[in-house]
Amino acid sequence: MKRELILRIRDLYISFRTAAGTVNSIRGVNLDLYRGETIAIVGESGSGKSVTMKATMGILSSNGKVNDGVIEFYSKDNENAVTYRILEMSKREIRREISGKRIAMVFQDPMTSLNPTMSIGTQLMEGMRHHDKLSRAEAWKKAVSLLKMVEIPEPEKRMRSYPHQLSGGMRQRVNIAIALSCDPEILICDEPTTALDVTIQAKILELIQNIQKERNLSVIYITHDLGVVSKIADYVSVMYAGKIVEQGTVNEIFYDPRHPYTWGLLSSIPDVTSDQKLFTIPGSPPNLLHPVKGDAFAPRNIYAIGMDYLEEPPMFKITKTHYAATWLLDKRAPKVHMPTSLRARIDKMLREEGTAYDE
Amino acid sequence: MTNDERLLEVEGLKQHFRVSSGFTVKAVNGVSFHIRRGETFGLVGESGSGKTTIGRTIIRLYTPTEGHVRFEGTDISGALSHQALSQLRTKMQMIFQDPMACLNPRKKVIDIVAQGLDIHRLYRSRQERREKVYEMLETVGLSEEHANRYPHQFSGGQRQRIGIARALIMQPSLVIADEPITALDVSIQAQVVNLLKSIQETTGIAYLFIAHDLSMVHYISDRIGVLHRGYLVETGTSQEIFSNPIHPYTRSLLSAIPHPNPILEKKRKSIPYDPAVLGIEYDRGALRHLEGEHFVLSTEEEFTAWT
Repeated sequence: MKRELILRIRDLYISFRTAAGTVNSIRGVNLDLYRGETIAIVGESGSGKSVTMKATMGILSSNGKVNDGVIEFYSKDNENAVTYRILEMSKREIRREISGKRIAMVFQDPMTSLNPTMSIGTQLMEGMRHHDKLSRAEAWKKAVSLLKMVEIPEPEKRMRSYPHQLSGGMRQRVNIAIALSCDPEILICDEPTTALDVTIQAKILELIQNIQKERNLSVIYITHDLGVVSKIADYVSVMYAGKIVEQGTVNEIFYDPRHPYTWGLLSSIPDVTSDQKLFTIPGSPPNLLHPVKGDAFAPRNIYAIGMDYLEEPPMFKITKTHYAATWLLDKRAPKVHMPTSLRARIDKMLREEGTAYDE
Repeated sequence: MTNDERLLEVEGLKQHFRVSSGFTVKAVNGVSFHIRRGETFGLVGESGSGKTTIGRTIIRLYTPTEGHVRFEGTDISGALSHQALSQLRTKMQMIFQDPMACLNPRKKVIDIVAQGLDIHRLYRSRQERREKVYEMLETVGLSEEHANRYPHQFSGGQRQRIGIARALIMQPSLVIADEPITALDVSIQAQVVNLLKSIQETTGIAYLFIAHDLSMVHYISDRIGVLHRGYLVETGTSQEIFSNPIHPYTRSLLSAIPHPNPILEKKRKSIPYDPAVLGIEYDRGALRHLEGEHFVLSTEEEFTAWT
């Protein structure tokens, strides 16, 4: 089956004006999303994952400025292909055509992203009435079926409930239902389960997966939980200090990571079977108020070589799908292997039953 | 450093909150466990299971409705004598969840960390106070020059270190850590957990570690208690709980942890749990001994069915 490109981000640069100066949050992001697939964007807070997605939705805050770049969205309206260049559209056009309609977002905090003064039903129908111009009765019917799809018991009754009457997990289900109400082509999930318990998280993730299969949705999943990534993602992009430092298929990232930052992230997950001291990445992320010279990760990188302090590494190609931005992959660089503890852990994972993976 | 002496004993603890004349929230319904000197006891459960309430009741932010709490041999569940209160307020300390909210934004780090010393007058001169704070900052991985800054000048991980310094400067024997890493980034979480562990190795303090992230709890805890709806449904060593979970709730909880192994993870489904469907009534069960330190809340029939 041929993969069909749906979203293309090239050389995106975004900065924010703040009281302290200009913060260069996004420093050249490239991203491709294909129809029906899931990309996970992983990174620490402040690495720019949410900002990238907000730019895609056209909901950047007012002190943010896109300095350069292209975001193209290849929409298919009843088999008519339309290309939207999101960065060239006005706020009004984005409101009318994109946000909430063709690209929808589920936010992190289910407690604050619903309006407490409106009933669930009214909030669910708002988008359909506005974008799809449905009548009240039609919208009501569709809203009930959406609540049914996200597995909320007694949907008719819940339509008249208010957000405070629902638990966190239920509210997040409502948020997902709202996001899906206008049949979007891309669903962006910004840490949708961080505020929830593990048991509820598992249910929400399985729900999103099922809906995705049913509707051939393309999903961008922002998270910092690598366990979640391994469950839902087809492709992974690792972000650090406003750049993507490694991208590849989920298997490539988990079984054959190349960037020292990815090594660090994977090593800092506690291993349920061993009692070794947890690996930590020393230091903390750079302040993007100041210009970054060389590789932004170099000061925290125990494998950093001289080159890292002088020049920013380009994306080195490893396979057709796997890229990493580290000088260690340069031909002239010394041969460096991932930490032995991580190697051992990956080897163990590969030996686990049912895991067959060829490098 | 673990020895058999019981530092903290909680017996049949109940904590009910009366909301109105007809409605009482039964947050904790008869929970018993103990913590030994120098060990880490992890308390896990979903939100609303009562884990935070237990922590807050033990340190007497709430007065227990029923049951006993004994700390270093003194009963601290009833009315407190002046001496018992002073012992409780120095020997037991707390680390809070949100490093952004738990530090007074108008105070300098040195005054935040030294506040306990100030209250209990634990120094003879300004010089000694300053030295104690510097030493503590060093221990938690900060340095002297941080002492005269304000909380907003620090990152989340550093603030959590300040919170840890504030707790440890009193040289407590028990620290209640209420979700200390939930609000931190992954790479910083590991730093804080390692710090807590290394401090434990040198000072031999005990932790009550409250969290919902099971993999971290497994890593840091010697023993674990699993809470659900105010009942302790299962308790045992980390090993026992993770390799041989008995209670259906524990099993469901463990099945919900996502593993960083994509091929395996894609095929796995979590196990749902609903006590009503399984016909489990916590009130009828009692903690039954399995092996070693492993106990499970069950009735006679359930016990034979599950094991």
